[in-house]
Amino acid sequence: MIYLDQAATSWPKPPEVLKAMTDVLESAGGNPGRSGHRLSIAAARIIYDTREEISRFFGVSDPLRVIFTGNATHAINLALKGILKPGDHVITSSMEHNAVMRPLRSLEKQGIRLSIAPCASNGTLNAKDIGRMIASDTRFVVMAHASNVVGTLLPVAEVAAVVHQAGALLLVDAAQTAGIIPIDMTAMGIDLLAFTGHKELQGPPGIGGLVIADHIDIAQIDPLICGGTGSRSESEEQPDDLPDKFESGTANLVGIAGLGAGLRWLKERGIEEIRAHLKTLSRALIDGLSAFPEVKIYGTLDPARSIAVVSFTVAGRHVSEIGFRLDEEYGVLSRVGLHCAPAAHKTIGSFPEGTVRLAPGVFTTTEDIRQAIRAIGRVIRS
Amino acid sequence: MTRYGVILFHTTSSVLRAEKRLIKEGFAIKLVPTPRQFSSDCGIALRFDWNDHERITLMLGKGKVEFDAIRFLDANPV
Repeated sequence: MIYLDQAATSWPKPPEVLKAMTDVLESAGGNPGRSGHRLSIAAARIIYDTREEISRFFGVSDPLRVIFTGNATHAINLALKGILKPGDHVITSSMEHNAVMRPLRSLEKQGIRLSIAPCASNGTLNAKDIGRMIASDTRFVVMAHASNVVGTLLPVAEVAAVVHQAGALLLVDAAQTAGIIPIDMTAMGIDLLAFTGHKELQGPPGIGGLVIADHIDIAQIDPLICGGTGSRSESEEQPDDLPDKFESGTANLVGIAGLGAGLRWLKERGIEEIRAHLKTLSRALIDGLSAFPEVKIYGTLDPARSIAVVSFTVAGRHVSEIGFRLDEEYGVLSRVGLHCAPAAHKTIGSFPEGTVRLAPGVFTTTEDIRQAIRAIGRVIRS
Repeated sequence: MTRYGVILFHTTSSVLRAEKRLIKEGFAIKLVPTPRQFSSDCGIALRFDWNDHERITLMLGKGKVEFDAIRFLDANPV
């Protein structure tokens, strides 16, 4: 089997991640932040240490500014719904996933004003186009770091400069890039960063987070969910302390332990090395697919300007048939369709049919890619 | 008999953050359940040797380590 659906979720996970998840249930199974006994404290320490590793990983100095959520979608909802008020203006790109688009469309009905900056058909965005849309009431610019459909990297640092000049905030959806592209929020000017644990951070599903830059006043963010935090228990009001204000209810200890192990594994492996490996695989995919005249490849076709996510269509064939036959006949696992990103497919010109998406990962080999290309050739020629 | 004090915090995360910094500075501290006479919280606090209380207060202030209060444990040391 050749798993080329890493952009949906990474697989397999490093053995260290699985071990950390079983270990934590065996040795630290208390409820963190609730009781004062050793099992509760052991659990709280694992969570705190992971918080600390994440804050360092993303260039934020205070670990308490890492808010754990269920996934990136939850984190994006927290940032947008926690800050935006009716009358606020928001700008996003035309390459966004529904994790960004749907909360924005929902907020639009509640009175926020939404502008969508058009990207080119290869998914690239010009920061000046965002600049032209900024108005006096612009509160937020929210954008993906890279497209989940074609892998194109968006110019986060350039947009940050434009956004900050206007006194607005920048929220970045790093679901596709965290773990394969170095992200320093301070250096890049990211105010809020949503990440997920189960993709290239090598953690399990069900854990993600919102990282709030050191300079952001948290008083302006309302929690999505209120409830028990183990702190200030005398009060029936939600506490203002970080991270408790945004983390009501028992934490996903097992997920956090797995995420921590994933981060440590990544550090050992080296993000730069992983990025170089993925560029090689991406190049091999693009070159291999380019040999078939009936195949159309979307995106920049340049691994240096994209992450290793390659989308294609075959003239006269349905993507669902290609994906099904690749799986059934050759054990090549892809993802076909719209990838939860109708706006992106409209931008690249593949709506409503969608594309076949191939996303290799850190464990994918060049031989895997060679075999996948051979399988694709056989499927489209028969 | 050693006389103890406790540092109280609002969140478990801030206790653990302070614990790391104080250990780094060489203080002998221990995580304990928050004494009920000081707080209604169900969480944890940092117990320390009361002889260190001035140095700890100074250090917490200088290091901008957020905490709720420092209390002397006059009876029933935990």
